[in-house]
Amino acid sequence: MSSLDEKIDEAKKLSMQIVKESDEDKLMTLSVGPQHPGTGHFRFIIKLDGDYIVYVNIDPGYVHRGEEKMCEYRNYFTNIPHLERPVIHDSANITYSYSLAVEDLIGITVPRRGQFLRAITSELDRINYTLYWLAIYGIFLGHSTMFMWPAADRELVLDLLERLTGHRITHAFNIPGGVRNDMPNNFKEKCLSQINYLEKRLKEYEHIFYNNPLFRQRTEGVGILSKEDAIKLGVTGSVLRASGVPYDIRKVEPYDIYNEIDFNVQYMKTCDSFARAYIPFLDVRESCHIIRELLDKMPESGDVREKLLSNIKGPPGESFKRVESGRGALSYHIVSDGTSRPYRVKISTGSFRNILALPFLLVGSMLGDMPPIYWSLNYWPIEADR
Amino acid sequence: MGALNPDFRFGNFVGSIIQLVLFILAFVTLLILPIIFFMLFFVPLPVVDGQVLTPYLFFSMMVDPSRTLPIVQFLIHTDLFRAAVFPGFAFGALVAASTIFIERKLLAKMQLRIGPLYAGKIEGIFQLLADGLKLVSKEIIVPSGADKMIFWLAPIMFVSTSAAVVALIPVASGWVAADVDVGLIAVFAILGFFPLIILLFSWASNSKYPFIGGLRALHQMVAFEIPFLLSALPVVIFSGSLNLSNIALSQNLFWNIFVMPINAFVFFISSLAELERVPFDLPEAESEIVAGWLTETSGMIFGLIQLGNYLKLYALAGLFVILFLGGWYGPQIFPQELIPGASASEDPLLRMVALEGLYNPVTINSIFWFTVKTFGIILLMLITRGINPRIRIDILLHTGWYKLIVLTFINLFIVLTLIYGGILGPEGLISAR
Repeated sequence: MSSLDEKIDEAKKLSMQIVKESDEDKLMTLSVGPQHPGTGHFRFIIKLDGDYIVYVNIDPGYVHRGEEKMCEYRNYFTNIPHLERPVIHDSANITYSYSLAVEDLIGITVPRRGQFLRAITSELDRINYTLYWLAIYGIFLGHSTMFMWPAADRELVLDLLERLTGHRITHAFNIPGGVRNDMPNNFKEKCLSQINYLEKRLKEYEHIFYNNPLFRQRTEGVGILSKEDAIKLGVTGSVLRASGVPYDIRKVEPYDIYNEIDFNVQYMKTCDSFARAYIPFLDVRESCHIIRELLDKMPESGDVREKLLSNIKGPPGESFKRVESGRGALSYHIVSDGTSRPYRVKISTGSFRNILALPFLLVGSMLGDMPPIYWSLNYWPIEADR
Repeated sequence: MGALNPDFRFGNFVGSIIQLVLFILAFVTLLILPIIFFMLFFVPLPVVDGQVLTPYLFFSMMVDPSRTLPIVQFLIHTDLFRAAVFPGFAFGALVAASTIFIERKLLAKMQLRIGPLYAGKIEGIFQLLADGLKLVSKEIIVPSGADKMIFWLAPIMFVSTSAAVVALIPVASGWVAADVDVGLIAVFAILGFFPLIILLFSWASNSKYPFIGGLRALHQMVAFEIPFLLSALPVVIFSGSLNLSNIALSQNLFWNIFVMPINAFVFFISSLAELERVPFDLPEAESEIVAGWLTETSGMIFGLIQLGNYLKLYALAGLFVILFLGGWYGPQIFPQELIPGASASEDPLLRMVALEGLYNPVTINSIFWFTVKTFGIILLMLITRGINPRIRIDILLHTGWYKLIVLTFINLFIVLTLIYGGILGPEGLISAR
């Protein structure tokens, strides 16, 4: 396997040489996506030499919505509902870092109970997102049971989130200043029972999917992204941790309540597709522990929200905050000019940073390796396009 | 080809068909029959058994079992009936239809779903009928630049080749559409046509994904052909015959699977690969190559290929039963007489039913056990779909060319040792005959 730099040179050479398919190339050009069951709202063009992929050109942007521009025309509160559209099933995390950045800008702190509620929502949404992702990983490898099980077990988490926030997805729960409302009375007991049941189901997932020899054959040693390459390419989240870098924003830059929570950063040193597929699953387990701990340490009563004016004006300046989302570091850079609307909002998502590794992993592998490598990068096309 | 009415209901459709049938019946009785009777006044009537065949006599003959039973008995022993209805196509298609229904419900139960529910009121039992109706009503799209003749012919060839395999499978002693002396070889010879048909079809589609799928199917089927053949070799050595009926008959003492379990395993794996079922569904790998060689199929072309696939599934499961699971042998559970005391009865009709051999307890028992065993094997083939992901092409080829062939040889030597040691085989100590 050639090193990253060689691959970059190779890809540059190929992309300049081959513009159209011709008989002399002896290569077959395939346009994978956007109408392909194996990609989602995303396309990449690959060139095949026999069964081997020799050239990959990624082509995102099919679901670009201009979220960053839209932010400039709305005030700090009305930005929330549209900002969570890119990842509707991980909306707690994408609004979390926005709220943190706005709070940093206007200089307020969230009440303690509100911080706990935010963390609980964030962890529940991480589970929700990862189960959805896992379901798609299952069907990408032709494992239909693994598609149905996590998709059905998401209901456990969605049920909890509906009780807590009023919505199954796109909760608009995190707002600058805290969370929208307090949790219902019997939430703690319900949450504990659902999480306990989910942990039992996770064991079954491990039996049927991760310990399946056919799954291991397909993913182990496939799509190696070494530690140095991972850092050089700037991947984040589970992809980075699967390459042996124990880097979790919740640990290295603890926000809100996370510095009081005791949890482990999951990472593996095998650097292959299996590690990238397994780390999010381990994260779900860790999230179950975190939720239990949060519910345990949570203050019995108190405010959940710092009251703010509905059209609050940010002081001139800028702020930058990031959180660990289901797909890695998710950061907001907000610039304010002193009016009630942000001057500029920049969203940096884990998906977009991870997908940059795809060409380097795919070149040299077989067509059959394409789904396990592609989806192990923990990529959500809509979030990357914003 | 139009789309269905938006407020189309399947129940209404069935109701309208029943109404139509009733209308035709009423039309025939009230209008056509009087006209025929009127015309019969002017033609001389034939004489049967010394009686003039009046319409009244004709109808009384139609409902007289002593006259119709011999006709039925004659019909079910014709070659056409065997090829088209009972051990042949219609039976295979029925098994295939029930397989599809069982597959859907079984997978749904494994995956915490409900499965088909509404069509047919009882657990969605008519879902297949509704799906078939949908497929028939769909437009068949031929891709531009496709080789039209092969594109239209290949699905038909696919179904007829599958039906040819079904015709070779005996379901009971003497109950087989084509009793060939080289039955086993004939099965493998016909199975050898499938890669050709698939490759032709994928080439004729004039599309990239079907082409990759067709090449994958070719590689896969050729790689598994040899272990497939070799795994059946000890059975032939053991029974001393290539005739499938004789192979089944040679297992009246014990089943072959007890002597050659490894070969049975290899045969099972190879038939999964031959059938393109999960984990060997690479030619139709959805997330990699859209739908593989089926990408350009639509409407009834897709329907025919699916029918062919499930016929093939029945044929290979039946072949497994014949080769390894003792064919149709099983404990006699059907009574000697359907109606007790019928053969000694005073009633000539009852005696006739008993004596004319319409109810043969041994044959019925054989068919019952064969069907039960076949469904058991089909169930095993279906379960693998629920628990396994797809495997990669290089692992598949490695498995086919290297591992499975070695495994078959191990069991082949065990069987040869047993036979030349004088323990088993036609002349052995524990002889079947």
